Amino acid sequence: MPDKMLELDDITMQFGGVVAVNNLSMFIDEGEIVALIGPNGAGKTTAFNCVTGVYKPTNGQVKYQGQVIVSNHPAGKMKALYAGENRDKYPQVVDPTPDKITRMGIGRTFQNIRLFKTQTVFENVLIATHLHRTSNPLSAAFRINWREERRMRELSLEMLDFVGLAAMKDELATSLPYGKQRRLEIARALATKPKLLLLDEPAAGMNPQETADLGRFIVEIKERFGLTIFLIEHHMDLVMDISERIYVIDFGKLIAHGEPHEIQDNPDVITAYLGVEDI
Amino acid sequence: MKTKKQGLIIGFILLALLFVGLYILENTLSSSTMLLTILKKGVIYALIAVSMNLLNGFTGLFSLGQAGFMLIGAYTYAILTIPVGMRSMIYQYYDGGIVQFAMPALVGILCAGLLAAFFAFLVGLPVLRLKSDYLAIATLGFAEIIRAIIQYEGLGPLTNGSNLLRRFPTFQSVLYPFAAAAICIGVIVLLINSTYGRAFKAIRDDEVAAEAMGINLFFHKQLSFVMSSFFAGIGGALLAMYQGSIQAATFKSTMTYEILLIVVIGGMGSVTGSVIASFLFVASSEWWLRFLDNEMFIGSFHMPLLRSGFRMVVFSVIIMAVVLFYRRGIMGDKEFSPTRIRNRLLNRKAGRNA
Amino acid sequence: MNGFERLFPYILAGVSVGGQYALIAIGYTMVYGILRLINFAHGDIFTVAGFFIVYMSATMPLVVSIPMTIILTVLLGFAVERVAYKPLREAPRMSIMISAIGVSYLLQNLMWYVTGGLAKQYPVIPWLSNSVTILSSTTKIVTIVTPVLTVTLVLLLLQLINHTKTGMAMRAVSRDFETAKLMGIKIDRVISVSFIIGSFLAAVGSLLYFTNYPTVTPTVGAMPGLKAFVAAVFGGIGSIPGAVVGAFLIGISENLIKAFGYSTFSDAFTFALLIIILLVRPTGLFGEKTIDKV
Repeated sequence: MPDKMLELDDITMQFGGVVAVNNLSMFIDEGEIVALIGPNGAGKTTAFNCVTGVYKPTNGQVKYQGQVIVSNHPAGKMKALYAGENRDKYPQVVDPTPDKITRMGIGRTFQNIRLFKTQTVFENVLIATHLHRTSNPLSAAFRINWREERRMRELSLEMLDFVGLAAMKDELATSLPYGKQRRLEIARALATKPKLLLLDEPAAGMNPQETADLGRFIVEIKERFGLTIFLIEHHMDLVMDISERIYVIDFGKLIAHGEPHEIQDNPDVITAYLGVEDI
Repeated sequence: MKTKKQGLIIGFILLALLFVGLYILENTLSSSTMLLTILKKGVIYALIAVSMNLLNGFTGLFSLGQAGFMLIGAYTYAILTIPVGMRSMIYQYYDGGIVQFAMPALVGILCAGLLAAFFAFLVGLPVLRLKSDYLAIATLGFAEIIRAIIQYEGLGPLTNGSNLLRRFPTFQSVLYPFAAAAICIGVIVLLINSTYGRAFKAIRDDEVAAEAMGINLFFHKQLSFVMSSFFAGIGGALLAMYQGSIQAATFKSTMTYEILLIVVIGGMGSVTGSVIASFLFVASSEWWLRFLDNEMFIGSFHMPLLRSGFRMVVFSVIIMAVVLFYRRGIMGDKEFSPTRIRNRLLNRKAGRNA
Repeated sequence: MNGFERLFPYILAGVSVGGQYALIAIGYTMVYGILRLINFAHGDIFTVAGFFIVYMSATMPLVVSIPMTIILTVLLGFAVERVAYKPLREAPRMSIMISAIGVSYLLQNLMWYVTGGLAKQYPVIPWLSNSVTILSSTTKIVTIVTPVLTVTLVLLLLQLINHTKTGMAMRAVSRDFETAKLMGIKIDRVISVSFIIGSFLAAVGSLLYFTNYPTVTPTVGAMPGLKAFVAAVFGGIGSIPGAVVGAFLIGISENLIKAFGYSTFSDAFTFALLIIILLVRPTGLFGEKTIDKV
C-alpha cells in the first residue's frame, strides 16, 4: 500500500492548561482534496501550525510521504500538565523549523493574509523562489547566478500569470483588493513548488460568486500542478463542492470524518455548529 | 531591462565624474580646508551607516552593537600595521607589545573586516534568536563588553590597554577612503539586490511568512549580521586611518546612536539616504552649525544662547523633529534612480503635450 | 582583620548602590511593562535630576531645592512621554525606541551645553552625608538610609499596584494594551502615572546616589542607567520585585568584584550577567512567557 501523503497521529497541542488540539489523527492520500472544518476556535489553524513546524506539538507525530517529519512528546513543565493519553507513544523528538518543512514540499497560506508589505506583487512571489536556490551569497551578489535568477523570475511570472495577477505585478502587494491578495498568497505558495498545499480559509471574506470561482481555481491548480490539497474552510458550499473527504473537529477533538454527504447529515456536526436545540 | 542597463551606465558615469571632481578639488584647495575633512569623514560614516542599514533597515534586526565591531576593526588594523620600529615607543608600558611585525595597510584593512565578521558570527550564535528589543540590549551589552576587554590592562601587550594606538599608516588623499567606501557600498548594494537581499527584506516584513516560504531565519540573520559587521570593521579601520590615533574609550554606545540616527534621517531601507544623511551629519556637526558655538554680537547686543555646545543641542532637536515628524527620513525606502527621474521628466512632458 | 570585616564595607557599598540602582530600575521596568519600550532616556533623566539640585542649591536653600528637584524631574519625565513617545504609539516598535535614543542624545547634549563641559559638585546634604561607623568601617548615613528607603518605597508602590484602582489599570494595560483600551481604561493617564512614578523614584535615587558619588557630569548617569536596566531584565522586565532583586544583586556583586581586586571588570560583570540571562532565561527571574499567535 503506497504511503499516505500526510498523516497526523495523535497530534496534541496544549498551551498551559488549554488543550487546543486533542489527539487528532487523520490522513490525506496523494492527489486528494481534504478539508478540516469545525466551529471557530476548534483548533484547525493550530493543527496546521503543528504540521508546518510553527508550533511544536505537545505530543504526537506527523508523517509526510511515509517519513516522520514532526514528532514530540510532553516534556518539562508540560509533562506534569499533560491532559491527553498516549503519553509515551512518541519517544523521539523531531523538531524542524518551518522553512525545512516547506523545502520538503509542503506549502501554505495564512488565515490572516501575510504578504510582504513593502514588496510588490512580483517581488512577493519572487521571494518564494529563493528556497530552491543553489547559489551562495557571494555568487548571487556578483550575479554569477544570472541563469538561476532568470529562471526564478520566469517561474514567478508564470505563477502570476496563472492566477491572473500578471498585469499588476509592479503594484505594491497591499494595494490589491482583498480577494486578489488572497490569490497572490496562493501564487506565492505555489512558487515554493509544493507537493502538498495547505490552504487556511482561502475564501474568508469572499462573496458567493468569488467563492465559487475560488473553488474552480483550487481544483484547477490541483490538476495542473499535481498537488494534494489540505483545506481549512468555513464556507460550507466550497467545502462540500470540492472536498473528497472531510474531517470535523470541535474543541480540539475529532468528532466526525467522511465524505461530504455523510458529514452534512451527521447530527454531531450539526450540534457542534449550531448548538443543542432546546426542546 | 534596457532602462535598467541605462541606469547602471549613468550611475557609473556619475561615479567617474565624482572621482574626477574630487581629484580636482584636492589639488586646488589647500589640504586643511573644511570641505576635504568633511568629505573624508563623511564617506567613512557613509560606509558605516550603510552597513548598519543593511542590518537594521533591510533585515529589520534592531542591533545596537555597531560601535563594538568598528572598535574591533580599528584595533585590528592598528595592531597589525604599526611599523615595527615604533612599537617600543607606543607600547611603552608593555615592553613593546606582543605583535612584532607589521602588515601592509590593505591587508590590515581586510583583516579588520574579517576579524569583526568573525566576532559577529560568535555573538550572533546566541543573540540572533532573541526578540527585537532584547536583541538591541544584547548587542549593546556585547559592544560594551568588547570595549571593556580591549581596555583591560591584562591585554595591554596586545591592545595597549587604555592608552592610545597611533603611528599606523594613514591616507593622504580623499580618493582613498572614497574608493574603499565606493567598493564596499557597491558590494552591499549588489547583495541587497540579489536573491539573498530579497530574503532579508522578507524577514524584515514578516518573519513568519518568510519562514513559511522556506527562508531559514537563523542562517539569513547571521548572514546579514556578519556582512554588516564585516563592513563596520572596515569602516572602523578607515576611521582609525582618518583620525591618526585611536582609543577604545571613544567607541562608546553614543557612536552607535549617532550612526543609528543617521540611518533614520536618511531613511531606513535606503542606501542613498544613508549616504546623503552621513554627509549632512558630518557637515553639520563639524562645519555648518559651528557658528552656533561662537559668541556673537550684533552691534553691542550679545546674542543669548550662543556658546559652545549650542550647535549639538540644535542638532539634536533637528534629529528629534525628523524622528517625530518625518519618520520615513529623507529617502524613505527609495533609492536614487536616474531612470525614475528620467521617467518623471518624460511623464511631465507627455502630460503637457496631451 | 578577618575576611568578613574586610569585605563588609564593600557589601555595605553594594547594598547602598544596589538600592539606588533599584530606584532607577523600577522606572525602566514599569515603562517596559506598559509600553514595551526600553526608555533609553531614563538614565539621562536621573542625571538631569542631579544637575537640577546642583544649580538650584547655588541660590536656594536645600529645603526648597530638594522638593523642587523632585517636582521638576517628574515634570521632565511627564513631558518626555507626551512629546516624544505619545505621538509614536501607533508606530512600529523600532520608531519609539529610536525616539528614546534621540531624547537621550538631546538630553546629553543639553547638559553639555548648560554645564560647559565642567563637572559639577553635588551639594552636601546634611545628615545624609554625616559619617557613621559600623563594625569598624566608616561610611555615610546615606549608605544605611538607601536600602531602607528603597524597600519602603517599593512596598508602597506594590501596595499602589495591587490595591488601588490605578494600580489595577496599570496591571491591565501591561497585560493587554488593546483590550484595556477597549475596556475604557484611560490609557494616557495610566502611562503618565507610570512615567511620573518612575521619574519620582529616579529623582530620589539621584539624591542618594550623588550624595555618595558627588561628581556630576552629563554622562555620569549612563552606567548606572544601563546597570539598572540590566537589573530590570534580570528580574524579569515588567516585574517590580524582580528589578529590585536584580539591582541589589548587581550592586553587591560589582562591589565584591572590586573587593577582590578586579575593578576594571566590575562594570563588565553587569554585561556578562545580561548576556547570561538573555541566553538562559530571557524572560528573567520573575518574568512571564508569552506565546505569539500565528
